[in-house]
Amino acid sequence: MLRFIISRVLQGIVVIFAVIVITFLLLKLSPGGPFNKEREMQPHVREMLEAYYGLDQPWYVQLWRQVKGYATFHFPPSLKMPGRGVDEIIAQGFPVSAAIGLPALLIALGIGVPLGAIAALNPRSIEDRTSMVLATLGLCMPSLVLGPLIAMIFGMKLRWFNVSGWYDSTDWVLPATTLGIIYSAYIARLTRGGLRETLAQEFIRTARAKGASEGAVVFVHAFKMACLPVLNFLGPAAAGLLTGSLVTETVFQIPGLGQHFVSAAVNRDDNLAMATAAFYAALIVGFNLLVDIIQAALNPKIGFKG
Amino acid sequence: MTGRFRIISLVLACAGLMWFHQMRQQRPTRVQTAKQTRTLILGNGSEPETLDPHLATGQPEHHVFGALFEGLVAPLPGNPDANGPGAAASWEHSPDFVTWTFHLQPNGKWSDGTPVTARDFAYSYERELTPALASDYASMLYPLLNAEAFNKGEMTDFSKVGVRVIDDHTLQLTLKGPTPFLPSILKHYTWFPVPRQAIERHGKMTDRDTRWTRPGSLVGNGPFQLKDWHFTHSITVERNPHYWDAAAVRLREIVFLPIQNAGTEDRAFNDGQVHLTSTIPLDKTPVYREKRAAEYHEDPLLSVYFYRCNVTQKPFDDKRVRKALALAVDRESLIRNVLRAGQKPALGFTPPGCGEGYETPSVLKFDPTEARRLLAEAGFPGGAGFPKFEILINSSEAHRTIAEAVMAMWQEHLNLPVTVLNQDWSVYLKSQRDLEFTVCRAGWVGDFLDPVTFLSIWQKGDGNNNTGWHQSRYDELLAASSIEADAAKRMAILREAELLLLDELPILPIYWYVHSYMLDPSVKGWKPSLLEHRCYKALDLVPSS
Repeated sequence: MLRFIISRVLQGIVVIFAVIVITFLLLKLSPGGPFNKEREMQPHVREMLEAYYGLDQPWYVQLWRQVKGYATFHFPPSLKMPGRGVDEIIAQGFPVSAAIGLPALLIALGIGVPLGAIAALNPRSIEDRTSMVLATLGLCMPSLVLGPLIAMIFGMKLRWFNVSGWYDSTDWVLPATTLGIIYSAYIARLTRGGLRETLAQEFIRTARAKGASEGAVVFVHAFKMACLPVLNFLGPAAAGLLTGSLVTETVFQIPGLGQHFVSAAVNRDDNLAMATAAFYAALIVGFNLLVDIIQAALNPKIGFKG
Repeated sequence: MTGRFRIISLVLACAGLMWFHQMRQQRPTRVQTAKQTRTLILGNGSEPETLDPHLATGQPEHHVFGALFEGLVAPLPGNPDANGPGAAASWEHSPDFVTWTFHLQPNGKWSDGTPVTARDFAYSYERELTPALASDYASMLYPLLNAEAFNKGEMTDFSKVGVRVIDDHTLQLTLKGPTPFLPSILKHYTWFPVPRQAIERHGKMTDRDTRWTRPGSLVGNGPFQLKDWHFTHSITVERNPHYWDAAAVRLREIVFLPIQNAGTEDRAFNDGQVHLTSTIPLDKTPVYREKRAAEYHEDPLLSVYFYRCNVTQKPFDDKRVRKALALAVDRESLIRNVLRAGQKPALGFTPPGCGEGYETPSVLKFDPTEARRLLAEAGFPGGAGFPKFEILINSSEAHRTIAEAVMAMWQEHLNLPVTVLNQDWSVYLKSQRDLEFTVCRAGWVGDFLDPVTFLSIWQKGDGNNNTGWHQSRYDELLAASSIEADAAKRMAILREAELLLLDELPILPIYWYVHSYMLDPSVKGWKPSLLEHRCYKALDLVPSS
């Protein structure tokens, strides 16, 4: 198992650096640059700025400097916010995004898994139909619509929570609920699919034949297997949830990380854009590894294959 | 047993919910709490990129700097666009407006208690102009003698730049030409003093990436000082006890929130979380304007929305074609039916109020008959044979709506084969710069109250021209205005230049901006400003009756 983890971590590092290189090349290939503004910058100022940030060097030198910076944990500065390193920006936004992402994940599981299970255990019943209609509705509802709707009802009308901002200890509730509801829809569908498939398998029939109670069959035997598709989804989903979402952060005015993913690319803060891509890649790699370990523990047939 | 248990739990749950509902409903809004603590909470658009006045370029920064720093000249409480005493108590100028002498406040102090001296200003101007700092807005200081040469590295001796420290409290500025509007320029943050003691504690004078602008390190000379800066969350400033006019400051704190989304900001205002919004969602503007007059504000701005023509392309090299396009735009109807926020139709280029003694020529109108006649004269009767062209916009719903309305007007009145093309921001900027467009949308914001802030960009070789148009007569007029010492004559020269611009029309003015926002009636002392100058020390919060 240790060998498995080490080999996967090494692979992950390669992936992260590949993401840095690809992001760098994509940014270089896209038109415009960090210092293009509506109000034209004077040529001598632009030259000085490009020299300051090393953008006057050939592209491979710039790329090498980036890669070296990440490898030695000397992260580059933001091109647009003087005095702030990209690591500082990420370190500032991530805890906030995680404080919303974690409860959102729990809400998603708390709604999604029971909903999917109810649907799977009562196939083609009214419960099944209702949960799947709800799940489809959740899948179709963009956070852009759901967020303001939740803010209107629980913020403006009922006045239970602040419509926006990040001050009170309850400010995570509305954005986490918005994100949670949307993710719960995926989880409900995956749980239903996984559980139905498992319940049709032979070892379940064996368990039933041996006289195990229905509860034991579902919760002890079937659930472990049924979790696998959900687990597979949870790896990337957790990375996505913990890094925040631009829409919920904008709708609820949350100082999280999600906004930088978009604004860095749009404003051509190339250093920050690369850093957010690398950070996201690192989280994905990390969570996928975690998922693989849990999967192997749940199902010895999968095992630790490097 | 289970039945009773169920009923009891249901009752308890309902009671709990009711209690929660009551408790949450009765909590005071942030605005109500803020009134007690004299804290003003305002929406500030987006997150300031920096709090270094020499590196900033944006409007959110401008709003924060008004609290943290103060230039030689400051906004007057009754009219922020007028010039009142700031770090300088008084000033006088030579009759030709070239040499200006400023007498600093005798008790002017930084927020760390050290005195603000003339040397601080000289240091600041040197820092701003030193090429190594790469200050984007250093050109704001170019009215100073030799400032441009020093900034471009053609001269390395700062003592040759027109800044002279006469004594601790007397500063003399020598300009390269007569500049009657200097006091208005001095209110721009590029001219604010920066604290040498704080900057050099964290690095060299020209270091861009230092932490001197962080809470605890930033020292200012404004009515407020930096208390907190939670990145992308809020900036909080509190009264500066060392400010020379501290007795006049009413508020205890100001909180700036970087709320980018107009819908979010609107909900925050209606939920009692902010006193002031930076904008209003487009669809709400007409409603608020009619139904919430006590909170709705609509102030003219020194900004113009216009279209650039690429005059290097046929047939746009023919001024009759450009004039036809300008005359076929029904600005009133566009504002009434599409924009709906009280914008003013731009019948000239420089927005009204652009300078004392300057009257914007009002030459443009909506005249489709004349437009058709001009187009026919240019060889396209009824639009026949006119090549297909596009209106270039950057991707934005607002720009698209306007472009589509203008497109419809040109199709209807001139029968022109025109479409709309949108590009992402950086691509759009590049197209504009490389003259890879036919007609493209643009905007320009004035930095100070003088028409030259709008007219200078159309000179040959100016980095913001981007139309391919230039004319030697126009350049001559602007050059003449820069050496004219008689203020009235100077304005007459500039007016002639604008008339020429409006005759040639390399640009098609569309409208003059207004700033629409919501303001809580408990905020007193708030005044409109063309340049969005704010006199924070004059603001107060009183319970609304």
